[in-house]
Amino acid sequence: MSDDVLRIRTPIGIKYQYSAGPRVSSHLIGLMEGRFVGKRCPSCHLVYMPPRNGTCAKCGCLLGEDVEVGQRGTITTFCVVNVPFLGQTIKIPYVAATILLDGADMGMQHLIQEVEATEVRMGMRVEPVWRPREEWQPSMENVLYFRPTGEPDAPYESYAGQL
Amino acid sequence: MAERCAVIGVGQTQHTSCRADVSIAGLVREAVDRALASAHMTMADIDAIVIGKAPDMLEGVMMPELWLVDALAAAGKPVFRVHTAGSVGGSTAIVAAQHVTSGVHKRVLTVGFEKQSDGNAMWALSVPMPFGMPVHAGAGGYFSPIIRSYIKRSGAPAHIGCMVAVKDRTNACKNPYAHLHEPDWTLEKAMASPMLWDPVRMVETCPSSDGAMALVLASEDVADAHDGPKAWVHATAMRSEPTAFAGRNQVSPKASEDCAADLWRKAGITSPIDEIDAVEMYVPFAWFEPMWLESLGFAPKDHGWRFVEDGITEMTGRLPVNCSGGVLSSNPIGASGMLRFGEAAMQVMGIAGEHQVDSVRKAFGHAYGGGSQFFAMWVVGANKP
Amino acid sequence: MRDVAIIASAQAVNTATTTATPVEMLIPVVNQVLANAGMARSDIGFWCHGSCDYMTGQPFSFVSAVDALGAWPPIIESHVEADGAFALYEAWMKIQTGEVDTALVFGNGRSSSGDINRILTLQLDPYVVGPLWPDDRSIAAMQARACLEAGVITERAMAQIAARNHHNALTNPVALRRGEHSVEQLLAAPLVASPLRELDCPAHSDGVTAVIIAAGDRARSLRARPAWIRGIDHRIESQNLGNRSMTTLPSAVIAAQKAGVANDKIDVAELHAPYTHQELLLTAALGLGESTSINPSGGALCANPMMSAGLARFAEAAARIMDGSADRALGHASSGPWLQQNLVCVLEGE
Ligand SMILES: [Zn+2]
Repeated sequence: MSDDVLRIRTPIGIKYQYSAGPRVSSHLIGLMEGRFVGKRCPSCHLVYMPPRNGTCAKCGCLLGEDVEVGQRGTITTFCVVNVPFLGQTIKIPYVAATILLDGADMGMQHLIQEVEATEVRMGMRVEPVWRPREEWQPSMENVLYFRPTGEPDAPYESYAGQL
Repeated sequence: MAERCAVIGVGQTQHTSCRADVSIAGLVREAVDRALASAHMTMADIDAIVIGKAPDMLEGVMMPELWLVDALAAAGKPVFRVHTAGSVGGSTAIVAAQHVTSGVHKRVLTVGFEKQSDGNAMWALSVPMPFGMPVHAGAGGYFSPIIRSYIKRSGAPAHIGCMVAVKDRTNACKNPYAHLHEPDWTLEKAMASPMLWDPVRMVETCPSSDGAMALVLASEDVADAHDGPKAWVHATAMRSEPTAFAGRNQVSPKASEDCAADLWRKAGITSPIDEIDAVEMYVPFAWFEPMWLESLGFAPKDHGWRFVEDGITEMTGRLPVNCSGGVLSSNPIGASGMLRFGEAAMQVMGIAGEHQVDSVRKAFGHAYGGGSQFFAMWVVGANKP
Repeated sequence: MRDVAIIASAQAVNTATTTATPVEMLIPVVNQVLANAGMARSDIGFWCHGSCDYMTGQPFSFVSAVDALGAWPPIIESHVEADGAFALYEAWMKIQTGEVDTALVFGNGRSSSGDINRILTLQLDPYVVGPLWPDDRSIAAMQARACLEAGVITERAMAQIAARNHHNALTNPVALRRGEHSVEQLLAAPLVASPLRELDCPAHSDGVTAVIIAAGDRARSLRARPAWIRGIDHRIESQNLGNRSMTTLPSAVIAAQKAGVANDKIDVAELHAPYTHQELLLTAALGLGESTSINPSGGALCANPMMSAGLARFAEAAARIMDGSADRALGHASSGPWLQQNLVCVLEGE
C-alpha cells in the first residue's frame, strides 16, 4: 500500500486587521516619542504600562487617564531561553524578563542584553536601549532590549507582591 | 437537586507525535469506539455529545465539531462544543456531567482531542500580535519565570523538577497509551538534561502529541443497570480569573485555591491528603507538581517540594500523583484535561492496568489553562455520593 | 426542571467596522445588562461566553474577554466556541443542576476583522471541500438554487422577506442595515451570488449581546414579567454537502419538537436565518404559521454579528415577552453551512 495518500497539504491564508483600540493609542504615540505612557485605572488607581487591551482586568473597567512612567525598572522574575524559536532573531541563550518600570504597578515582558545570562538576577535594575529614532514605529519593538543600570538591586520586598 | 452521574465508559487513543495513520475524524473515533465498548453501548444509545478542544488553529478547521458530525454518528443529536484553553478537557467533562446532573440527558458521550501534527502547533499557540514586544519565548518562557518565583519563595532545591519528571516518565512506561516510553531516566541523567528555559530543563517539559480521550457519562438508573466498573462523580468545580492585573499571585492563583476549596466542600472532603487515593494533576512543566500540591491544599504552603522529595507522590507513596505519566508524558492539548479526569475515573474503576493503584476509593482529576487562570476539577468515587 | 427566565438583555449598536478591541466593546454591554437587571457583578452566579478564535484570527481570543468581567475575586465561568446562545444553553443547564441561581451570558464577534465569507469556509471538510475555498455566500446560493428548482421558494418570496426584515429594522436602534424597499426594487437589484442579491445576504457586523437569566423567585424579584424558558433544545445534522437535504432542516424539526414549539401558538419568532431563503426553510421546519410575527428586529439580514447574532435573537424574543407585547415567543440560533445546527427556545410570560 506504499502509494496510499496519507497526508495532503492544504495551505490556509486569511488576512486580518487588528485594532490597538483607542485606549492603547496614546501609549503607542508615546512609543513614537521615546516615552513610556501607561494608563491609570479609575477604580483601583493602579497604573498599567503597557495599558494591555485598555482595561483593568481586576476591576473589569476601561482604563482612564494617561500616566507617563519612568524609563528605568526592576526585573521581578525572568527566564533564560535556550530554545531556538520560529522567527527568532536573537542568539541563544538570552533572557526574557518581567520588568516593573518605576511608577508602574504591573510588569511587562522584554529582553535583557549587554549582560551574561548567568549574571541576571531578580531585583536587578535595568534601563531601555532604544532603536535609532528614524526606525521608530508605534510598537514596543522601538526598545531593542533592556540592560543593567549598575544601580544596587531592589530589595525583594519591593517587588514580592508582583510574583 | 442535581441528579447523580457516573462514568461508565473510558477510551483513549495511542498518543504520539504524529498520528499520520488517521484523520482527525479517525482519531476521535478511535477514542469514542473504545469508550462506547467499555460502556457496553453503541452510538445509537447516546443522547448527546460534548466536544472539547483547544484553539482551532492547531488543525486549521474552524469549529470542527460541525464537520465531525458524521464521524460521530451525531446527526439528529445535540452536539455541544467547549473551549476553555488548556483546561478545556476538564471543563468539557464537567459540562458533559452537567448534561446528566441537570436531568436533561441520561447517556452522554464526551470527547476531547487534539491533532497537533495537522498544523503548526508552535505557531498556533503564539500567533505574533502587533504592537507588543515579541520575546519569542513560548509557553516555557511564560511559565518559567513563575517557577523561578516559586523556587525563590519556597526555598525548593534545584533537583525537585527533575524528580517529578523522572517519576512521571517512569510511570508512563506502565501506561500503554502514553506518548513517551522512556524507561531509562535517573535523577542524575535528568539533572544533565539541557536547560531550555532556565530554570526549566528539557526533561521537565511536555511533548506535543496527537490524541483523544472519550468518556461515557450516565444517569443513576443507567449506571445502576450497567454491568461493569463505574466511577461516580462526587463533585465538580470551575473557577476563572484574569490573565494579568497588578499584584496577581501567579504561583498559587486565587482561582486555583478557590476552585479546590469549593470542590473539597462539595465532595465533603476535609483532609484531601487523607481522603484522596489517587491524583491526576495537570503538570505540563514538572515544577507545577509541588506548586499545585500547595495550591490545592494537599501540602502546606512552601512544603509541596518536600512531598516530592520524600516520595509521597510516587505510585507507591501516600498520595500517588500522575500514575499515568501525566501531561509530561502525553500532551494532546485539548484532550490533556480529559485524560486527567478519565485517568482519575480509571483508578476508581480499577481498570488502569499496570499503573493501577491499590484500592482507590476516591480520585481527583485536575486541569488548568491560559496563564494559570482557568481551573477545572472533579472528584470521582467508587461509592455513590 | 427548575423554572428559569431571561430577565434582562443588552446589545451593542452593530457597526460595519470598529477600532475598539473586543474587550473594549464588551465592557459597556456587560455594564448595561447588569444595569438593566438592577444587579451587581457579585450577584452573578455563573458567567458563560460564546465566541470564535477564527473570527479575530487569534488563538485563545476569548481569554481577554475575562478582562471585561471584573473576575476578581475569581468567578465561575466557561466558554463555548459557538454563538452566545449556546452559552445560554450551558448556563440554563448549570442552573438546572442547582449549583447557581443566576447567570450572565454573552456572545461577541468582530466580523470586520477578516473576510468573514472566506473565514467561514474553514468550517468545511478540510480534505475535499475546504481546499476549493467555496465562500459562505456561494454555499448559501447553492442551497437557495436547490430550493428554487424544487419549488420550495420563489425569488419573489425571498424579496418579500428582505423587504419585511429591512422595514422591521427601521425601529431597531442596534441594526446595521435598514430601509424601505419594494419587492420590485429588490428583484431588480444585481445578483451577487446567483440567485442571491445583496439584501438576501446577512449584514455581517461587529456586535455584542449579553443576557441575564435567573431561576424562579429570583427572576420574579428582578423583573415584573420575566421571559420564562419553557423549552430549549438543539440538534445538529450531517455537514456532508453532497449527502444532505438542501430543502429541509431535519435538525430544526427535532429541536422544535423537543422544545415544544407546537404546544401553543407562537406570537413572535426571532430566527437566526442569515439568508432570506433560510427564513422560509426555518419557518416551515419550526411549524410557524401566519399568526407568528417573524423577526420584528430585522434579524440577521439587518445585523449579523457572528457568535452574537443567535443570542441577539433570544434577547429580541425575550424583550417582547418582558414588555408584554407577546405571550409566547421563539428564539432561534444556528451554526454551520445550510443551518447545520439549530438551537430553539420557547419563551413565555406568566
Ligand atoms: Zn482597577
